[in-house]
Amino acid sequence: MKKWLNVLEQNKRLQAIVIAVYIVVTFISLYLAQKSVVAFLLLLSSLLLLHFTTFSHRVKWVIGIVVLSVLLPLAASQGEAYQSYMEVATLVGIYIAMALGLNIVVGLAGLLDLGFVAFFAIGAYTYGIFATTQANNFMPFGQYPLSGESFWVFLIIGCIVAAIFGILLGIPVLRVKGDYLAIVTLGFGEIIRIIFNNLDKPINITNGAMGLASVQPPKLFGLEFMYPSQFYYVVLVILLLTIFVVRRLEYSKIGRAWKAVRENEIAAQAMGIPLVRTKLMAFAVGASFSGMMGVVFAAKQTFVDPTSFTLLESITILVMVILGGMGSVPGVILGAALVTILNLQVLTELTNWLNQLSLSGVVSIPDALSPAKMQRFIFGVILILFALYRPQGLLPAKNPRFDEKELKSGATNMVDGKEGAKDVYFNG
Amino acid sequence: MIEHVLQTLPQVVIDGLALGAVYAIVALGYTMVYGILELINFAHGEIFMTGAFVGTALFLSFSAFGWLSSMPMLLSLLLVLVATSIVTGLLGMGIERVAYRPLRSAPKLITLITAIGISFLLQDFVRFITELKKGNYILTGPSLFTGQVSISASSIWSGFHDASVKSSFFIVLVTAVVMMVTLDFFVNKTKWGMAMRAVAQDRETAALMSVNVNKVIALTFFIGSALGGATGVLFAIQYGTIDPYIGFILGLKAFTAAVLGGIGNIRGAMFGGIVLGLLEMFAAANLPIISNGILGAEYKDVFAFSILIMVLIFKPEGLFGKVSIEKV
Repeated sequence: MKKWLNVLEQNKRLQAIVIAVYIVVTFISLYLAQKSVVAFLLLLSSLLLLHFTTFSHRVKWVIGIVVLSVLLPLAASQGEAYQSYMEVATLVGIYIAMALGLNIVVGLAGLLDLGFVAFFAIGAYTYGIFATTQANNFMPFGQYPLSGESFWVFLIIGCIVAAIFGILLGIPVLRVKGDYLAIVTLGFGEIIRIIFNNLDKPINITNGAMGLASVQPPKLFGLEFMYPSQFYYVVLVILLLTIFVVRRLEYSKIGRAWKAVRENEIAAQAMGIPLVRTKLMAFAVGASFSGMMGVVFAAKQTFVDPTSFTLLESITILVMVILGGMGSVPGVILGAALVTILNLQVLTELTNWLNQLSLSGVVSIPDALSPAKMQRFIFGVILILFALYRPQGLLPAKNPRFDEKELKSGATNMVDGKEGAKDVYFNG
Repeated sequence: MIEHVLQTLPQVVIDGLALGAVYAIVALGYTMVYGILELINFAHGEIFMTGAFVGTALFLSFSAFGWLSSMPMLLSLLLVLVATSIVTGLLGMGIERVAYRPLRSAPKLITLITAIGISFLLQDFVRFITELKKGNYILTGPSLFTGQVSISASSIWSGFHDASVKSSFFIVLVTAVVMMVTLDFFVNKTKWGMAMRAVAQDRETAALMSVNVNKVIALTFFIGSALGGATGVLFAIQYGTIDPYIGFILGLKAFTAAVLGGIGNIRGAMFGGIVLGLLEMFAAANLPIISNGILGAEYKDVFAFSILIMVLIFKPEGLFGKVSIEKV
């Protein structure tokens, strides 16, 4: 087995053949067997396979984008399950972007944020209030709902509003010892939910526990993004942008400052890194990703209510980061995809299957044991096992290696040096 | 407005004391563990919750066997309290052994993550067992100590209204005071208490002075969790209905109490708990009046939380804590 893997690693052409065959086979099987969730998942996991190949990064990106934007929708589009597949894929995209945001806070800066979903809620409500008739209740001017074209502006507004809240929360907390942060953010997540739940009086801003219904779907050049199959592309574009930004941030000056703070606060401070400002920055950037995805979520669900933003959601995102690997972008993507699919597909399928078994009288599973209710148990076990035995996650973060000699010779040859640096960026 | 606030004051104080006593003892668990390991034991709220369930289950089976009527009420209460404390104490020790001890030298972030994992695991485990046995995870215990006692506060000052209390209030208060006094005595006057204080001060030096550090830490977890579990029983008696998710918010508030009193300080935690309970009940009763109906009683959780933020901004070492300086 190991020998074969070695051969495979040496030979790029062989890799190309393997991955091409894999993609073609899974594509055909999904195309023909529409109801097969397994085929859908296998086609998705071709991206993981792609991650392990030794192609250059440009090639990997091109293949990945082709699979996601053409092959996956095409293969899934042949049957009734099309929209539900795309729904899952869209939600996976949203959660990946959120997990990448949390990864900045937890993975890079080492700050445990347990109320991350609060920022998601803030983003969702920011768009939800103005894209329904709700805003008429308290806004002195303007006609609401705003049209779906405002969605694109609200992506930015959601970012900014969430970042402001992140800073407001961070200012008092980040001055004191790190462990308080976890518990304060935990409280903050709960508080935001309570406030949104009760802000229907004296002025009706959030419509309380009833939630906001019929949020305007996004619109671009007169085209409405109503169905998951259309929304999928919106999320895909935003996700690609997010990945790009996160990658660039990680190796920028601020990214290195975050890692330094994570490893040792006092040493980082001694090296001239402003501690509070760096932490606040991590908090704000992480929050802004979450806020942006909140806007997307509100537009996708066309319905916002406080029950979507519980502690369980915050912990779910944390599980994604821990499972994939703190600080590792490919890892977090994998973790988010795994957890979301587990939540949406595997658990519900298992529950249905068990229900059928108990209906036909083969075995009788008590209702309390139904897998759909076991989320907390599963997440708890994942958190404990990974923290104890594999704290670096499934795909551990790699620090770029620099060759001293190469860097020194690169100083005389700037073009090469830049090329090299670029490669390092995308190797992480 | 002030008149109304004063009228309800006796009732608020009584309810606040009951709630504050619960906060105070749960806060003790947080503060003891934090003092010794500098770790926020997230699972402590869940230990409290487990205690509430174990206690209620014991009461239910006592009444199923008919023991509740055949033996004195206080005796069965004592039995249940002791049994629950032992169960939750051992649970706390087990958690420390499995989830915290292997990570004692790991970054703090990792330990916090296992703590959250444990707390989720416990929540679901308790939900699972209750749902399996009862068909519903919300559990109502047998009603005990329901006699109403009326306190004629108006005879003290005519501006007060009379307050009424369930007799369980006295049970909660007396038990809580007994537990706190015993703990204070144990920590300050006994050999093991001295060992605990030594380990909290400097683990390595204490080890050199032939203190068995692992044993002391295990003991700390046992005591903290036993007290937490017993408080769970008191909570179940006082408030009747429990579900597996009560531990989370209550744990959060008890932690606030611990921070308020200066984390690591045992007497501070007791004081912080009582203060927080009183403040919260005051807020729940009077927020709508003071804010002219803008803020309802449902904001009392927000209120407790803003106290935490205030303390962290203005006095992060708490009311009775020492300012700690980090040395390299």
